[in-house]
This record gives sequence, C-alpha cells and structure tokens, in this order.
Amino acid sequence: MTAQIRFQNLTLGYDRHPAVHHLDGAVEAGSLTAVVGPNGAGKSTLFKALVGAIEPLAGAIERNGFKPEEIAYLPQVAEVDRTFPINVYDLVAMGLWRIKGPFGGVGRKDRDTVERAIEAVGLTGFEQRAIGTLSGGQMQRTLFARLLLQDAPVIVLDEPFAAVDAKTAGDLLALVRRWHDEKRTVLAALHDMEVVKATFPQALLLAREPIAWGATGDVLTPENIAKARRMCEAFDDEAIACAVAESA
Amino acid sequence: MLSQSLSAAFSEASVRHSLAATLALALAAGPIGVFLMLRRMSLVGDAMAHAILPGVAIGFLAAGLNVFAMTLGGLAAGLVIALSAGAISRATKLQEDASLAVFLLLSLALGVVIVTVKGIDIDQLMTFLFGETAARMTAEKLLVIAGNATISLIGLALIYRPLVLGCVDPGFLRSVSRADGVAHLTFLALLVLNLINAFHALGTLLGVGIVIIPAATARFWTRDVSLMIALAIASGLVAGWTGVLFAFYAGIPSGPAVTLAAGLLYVGSVLFGRIGGLVWRAFPGRHLEA
Repeated sequence: MTAQIRFQNLTLGYDRHPAVHHLDGAVEAGSLTAVVGPNGAGKSTLFKALVGAIEPLAGAIERNGFKPEEIAYLPQVAEVDRTFPINVYDLVAMGLWRIKGPFGGVGRKDRDTVERAIEAVGLTGFEQRAIGTLSGGQMQRTLFARLLLQDAPVIVLDEPFAAVDAKTAGDLLALVRRWHDEKRTVLAALHDMEVVKATFPQALLLAREPIAWGATGDVLTPENIAKARRMCEAFDDEAIACAVAESA
Repeated sequence: MLSQSLSAAFSEASVRHSLAATLALALAAGPIGVFLMLRRMSLVGDAMAHAILPGVAIGFLAAGLNVFAMTLGGLAAGLVIALSAGAISRATKLQEDASLAVFLLLSLALGVVIVTVKGIDIDQLMTFLFGETAARMTAEKLLVIAGNATISLIGLALIYRPLVLGCVDPGFLRSVSRADGVAHLTFLALLVLNLINAFHALGTLLGVGIVIIPAATARFWTRDVSLMIALAIASGLVAGWTGVLFAFYAGIPSGPAVTLAAGLLYVGSVLFGRIGGLVWRAFPGRHLEA
C-alpha cells in the first residue's frame, strides 16, 4: 500500500496555540479512516490543514503529488448562503468545477452526470427547488451529490451526519462505502462510535495529541477513549513555547 | 398631442443621447446591482460612489469639464480604493466593509485637501459634482458610457461562474480554486466602472440609484438569479427612460427624476411583489394540501 497523505511531526493551531500537536503518520491510499475524539480535539483543524485552508505552525503534510484543491471537502458547517436564489440542480452542478473550471461548457453528458448524482442521493424531483426551501437533511444530501460530482481521489468529511436523521445518515453512509469500494481515500470526523465500528476499518483517535491510530478495534478501547477525554481540556493562555524538537 | 411632444423630445440630440446612455447604463448596472445585493454589499456600492468623487474632482481640476479626464480620475480613485480595501481584507482579518469605510474617508479627506490647496471655487465644484450638468448628455459622454458598459458586460460574463459560486458557497469555491480573489476584485473594478457611468449620466450623488434600486425591485419577483438580472435590467430601463423624459419636460436634472422613477417601481414591488411582497404576505390565501 502507498501512502496517500503523510503527516510529518505536524503541529496546527491558532495564534501559536496548538490544536493538533506533533502528529506523525500516514493515510494509506484507498483507506477509509474515521477521525474521532472529543470536541476541541483538533479534527476540524486537521481537515482544514489537509485542504490547504490553514498553514501548519510546524511540520508538514505530504499529499503524494496532488494539490489541496483536488481533495473534495465537506466542512462541518458549510458556508452555503441559503438565501441565495439558486436551485438544487445548479448547486450540485458546481461539483463539476474541478473538471470545467470557470469557463468550461456543460453539455448533455455533464447534465446526465448531474442528474445521476442527484438520483444517487435520493433527491430526484427536487432539481428545481430553491436551496432555501430544503430541510437540513435534504441540504446535506445536496452537498453529498456535489461531492459525488467532484470525483476526487481523496474525500474529507467533517461530521457529515451531525445534524441529520437516521434514514439520511444511512443513505449517505452507503455513499461513503461506495467511495471506499471505488478505492478512494476517505477521512471522516465522527462522534457515533457504533457507525465507526460498523463501517470504518481504520480510526485515528485525536485529542490534540494523537492518542492512537490504526485498526478501529485496536484504537477504540475504553482506556484510549478515557485518555482522550482527559487530554482534551486545557487551552492555556500563558503557555510557553513548546520544547519538542521541530524536525523529527 | 402626446406623439407630437414625444417627437419634440426625440428631436433634441441631448435627449436621444440621454436615452441611449440610459439603455447602456441599465444593461450594465442591472447585473452589478443584483450581485451587490446578493453579496450584501449595497451600501458598499453607495460608499464607493462617494469614494470616486475626489478622483473625478482631480480630473476636473487637471482638465476642466473633460469627460475623459474625469473618467480616468474617477476610475483611478475607485480602483485604488476598491482594490486596496479588497486586498487588505483578504490578507488580514479586517472585514471588507470596515476597510472600505477607512479608505472612503481617506479618499474624501484627500479630495478636500487637494481642492483646498489648489484654491478652486468650491461652489462651482459642488454644483458640478451634485447636479445640473447630468442632464446635458453629449455624444462624447455617450461614447464613454457605452464603452464602459460594454467592458462591464464582458467582464461580468468572464467572472460570472466564480462570482455566483462565491456568493452561494465561498468556502467551497476556496476549496476548489483560487479564482475567488480574482473574481471579487474584478467585480469591484466593474462596480467602479458602472458608478462612473452612472455619474456621467445622472450625477455623482444619485447615480448609484440606478445600480442598486432595480436590483432590490427585482428581488421581489423571482427566486432565480438569471431572471433577477433580467428584471433588474428591465426595471432600470423603464425607470431610466421615464425619468429622462420626465426630466426633459419638467426641466429638472435627470438624476433625481430617474431615481424617483426607480423608487416608484420599488415601492410597487414591495407592495405587490410575488416573492415576499406585503400584499401577498397580508393575504397569503389558505394553506396548501402538501
């Protein structure tokens, strides 16, 4: 197996305070990894760094030759302006950006692809609905359809099922499995341990420091989870500069 | 009767030029106004209109009532302000409206200093900046307006996709491309171009009306952005032509006439607009089955 993404002594944070501290390790190509940990563990921060939205405080991320823009990313709270006058179809079609860019034409074949993505998330018949009229679950389905169109080798999902009902979560989880079958590399931040155990072969337990990373069964032990809870407290305003060597 | 007095109006070259200029103005300003509104920047448009004023004044000082000099002056001032405010808010954590407000004040202050040092008659300058001349449309001005409108429409077509995407889901656009910044700065530049157009046709203070009011009017009739742009252009055109003709007959400056006409359409839309108009809200009808 080759590493799709490699973290090298990676430290991420805000105003010099680390939110992810000295993370080392690799995400295998084609792996399906759950990133778990308490609130404030650094999961979202790690994802933001992965897609290039923030710069590391120290260390580096190797992406095996592809650009941060090539990662399909679903943020925890999408910045979608729900009052903007646009319908489901057009929002989904934006997923074609990576292939079409700002000027590429959208032909019959592309329209079929868009239709299929909308069908895959169960929103057929909603194409012309304004996004402002969608429920939370329908909105999340729309964003998943857009992810489908992005056709990316690496997909990063930040708490994708946090605000949706069981039916929607189940349907969207099926898409995650499909991506895994298609040998895409998928990382998802999740809080539902049952879902993690049932679907995700790999897990990274994060509590600002990495606690454990590997096969899900080995990572999600009661001891590790208790340790993660303990470690995730303190953000110290008076903290002094970290003494751990920068280059590992 | 009416046809006679209309033909009287159309036999005036300045009226014909004015109507043609209004057509160009409405075509280019409609979509700009819609995006200003959708990006919640309507007041930014208003502020920018005043920020270009010192630049126009400098052009006026340098070359007198020369339409090209004033265009260049306004363009330079507007671009410097828009681009530096945009760039600073992108590079730092300062919100764009805050940084724009700072630049607007600096620009105005600089304008006053220049005017005072140069010792020009301020009354004359103010008259020129706030009205009168607006109605006297020359072929030269028309040419500048039509040229600017053409550039604006082409520019908007080029940045249309990232502009829409940047409004709907800026986070997504940033995650797939670096076009976000370019589109935004281009948009600000096109805004400046349209404000200068509006200034030539309708005067500095009220010119911005034909950029912003038709967009707000269109919002009451559709949930579709392309249709919204079409409606903004149409209502800008109706208001523009009604205003220009009314100004001709009543002997008033075209700026306030056009703005008031646009305001009438706006008030009508607030009352009767199909999307969120007051009358529809008051009498929504019985709720539906599903």
